[in-house]
Amino acid sequence: MCGIVGLFLKQEALRPRLGDLLTDMLITMTDRGPDSAGIAIYGDEAEGMVKITVQSDRPAEAFADLDAAICAAVDAPVTIKVVDTHAVLTLPAAVEKAAIAELEAQGLRIMGSGASMEIYKEVGLPKDVAARFGLRAMGGSHGIGHTRMATESAVTTMGAHPFSTADDQCLVHNGSLSNHNQMRRRLAKKGVFTRSENDTEVGAAYISSRIAEGASLGEALEGTIEDLDGFFTFVTGTKTGFGVVRDPIACKPAVMAETEDYVAFASEYRAFADLPGIETARVWEPEPATVYFWER
Amino acid sequence: MTMTFEKTVLDMATTELREVNSRLQAAAKAQANTAYEIANPRGAHAVAVGLDGPLEVRVKGSAGYYCAGMNKEASVTVEGSAGPGVAENMMSGVVTIEGDASQYAGATGHGGLLNIKGNASSRCGISMKGIDIVVHGNIGHMSAFMAQKGNLVVLGDAGDALGDSLYEARLFVRGTVKSLGADCIEKEMRPEHLELLKVLLDKAGAAARPEEFRRYGSARRLYNFNIDHADEY
Repeated sequence: MCGIVGLFLKQEALRPRLGDLLTDMLITMTDRGPDSAGIAIYGDEAEGMVKITVQSDRPAEAFADLDAAICAAVDAPVTIKVVDTHAVLTLPAAVEKAAIAELEAQGLRIMGSGASMEIYKEVGLPKDVAARFGLRAMGGSHGIGHTRMATESAVTTMGAHPFSTADDQCLVHNGSLSNHNQMRRRLAKKGVFTRSENDTEVGAAYISSRIAEGASLGEALEGTIEDLDGFFTFVTGTKTGFGVVRDPIACKPAVMAETEDYVAFASEYRAFADLPGIETARVWEPEPATVYFWER
Repeated sequence: MTMTFEKTVLDMATTELREVNSRLQAAAKAQANTAYEIANPRGAHAVAVGLDGPLEVRVKGSAGYYCAGMNKEASVTVEGSAGPGVAENMMSGVVTIEGDASQYAGATGHGGLLNIKGNASSRCGISMKGIDIVVHGNIGHMSAFMAQKGNLVVLGDAGDALGDSLYEARLFVRGTVKSLGADCIEKEMRPEHLELLKVLLDKAGAAARPEEFRRYGSARRLYNFNIDHADEY
């Protein structure tokens, strides 16, 4: 069991409230997943720049002169924002690859990267994780959150969701994949590698590799129904939108709500209870083996 | 003699679920025949479960998992949608959902009426054992799987594998059926079925005519071991 929440705003005016709304949704899903929590938030972006989110168990040491070190290594301007165990480095997109290699060489864990996406995830109760990162104060256009009750891999930061396997792409999952080892090998043969033992990361890597090969988000999500075996309700985020797909058996719960202001996803209706205008929203259960996505 | 219903409001914004349910259960048990209103359910789990006696309960919003489970004699109305497992193992009484119901609505129900005004998703009426379920909208895949007894009436369409491994429950669908499950076949609609349907549709306040429906039931080919297939095992 896990909890998923997602919120895609249609109105600019709500952007400053994104983190606040998502935090309440996330905390409501605590009893579906009390061991870790995470969020991917799509916020501001700057022309030609990329944001890399990294994590360290010893942030004071690891982040002390990190911007200067990366600046020297990639010979480009780097700014850093430290948020508890995470740091977001902003640097020119042209040096992204070199910067990620340097960050990994320094023993930092890469949470994700992209023009607008930042990822924050840690072990602990959702309310504690949200407080550590100050999620409530974060603004943005859309975001996806996950509360984890681990089944397929250890309770660690790297095992927490969301998983990001390409710039501005992320995936959260409720369920368990049964062909993830086979798929991991298939992807590795194509040069697509994952960072953890987790089944969901393989799902994320599958979607990213399909998109890299030219598929649309919709086509990549359609592909999960054919190529991934097991139980899943997936919610995926991209720079411009978010998508939902459930396996054909659809035993993992899902509910959606839409108003003029937003599209929301949750594992259970409870997570919607505090959303503005929920009383008059269109609320429905997404169909099995059917791809839904919203883009701006 | 006229009966006057006294209405008690239980507000879940200020009252714990356990307290709400124990007050409802006590009132039902005492045969109080009174009316209760549950304010601010906010999708909570297991609202109004285990009621064992006549009682009128209105849930003023959407409910989560297992609402009105094991209901006996009480009448529970949800003025919103219900999560998975609504009216699970219901024995008697009436459970009405004004909105949609999630998966396995009315599972294993023994009796009473589950009246869903919206759609029901997958596995509606799975292993039903005598309950009547009327769905005014559509139902999802694997509905009435291993259904043993009772009636499932669907005004809209049915999803894949309707009535798979069905026993003696009767299935009536007005719209299309995406596919029938193993051993489920269309059957002749006889006068007694039209009569039965009329009663069920009236009870559920459904605006449909019995003649518009098709009946599905068990071909009874899975009931016994077939010696001709011995080689296949």
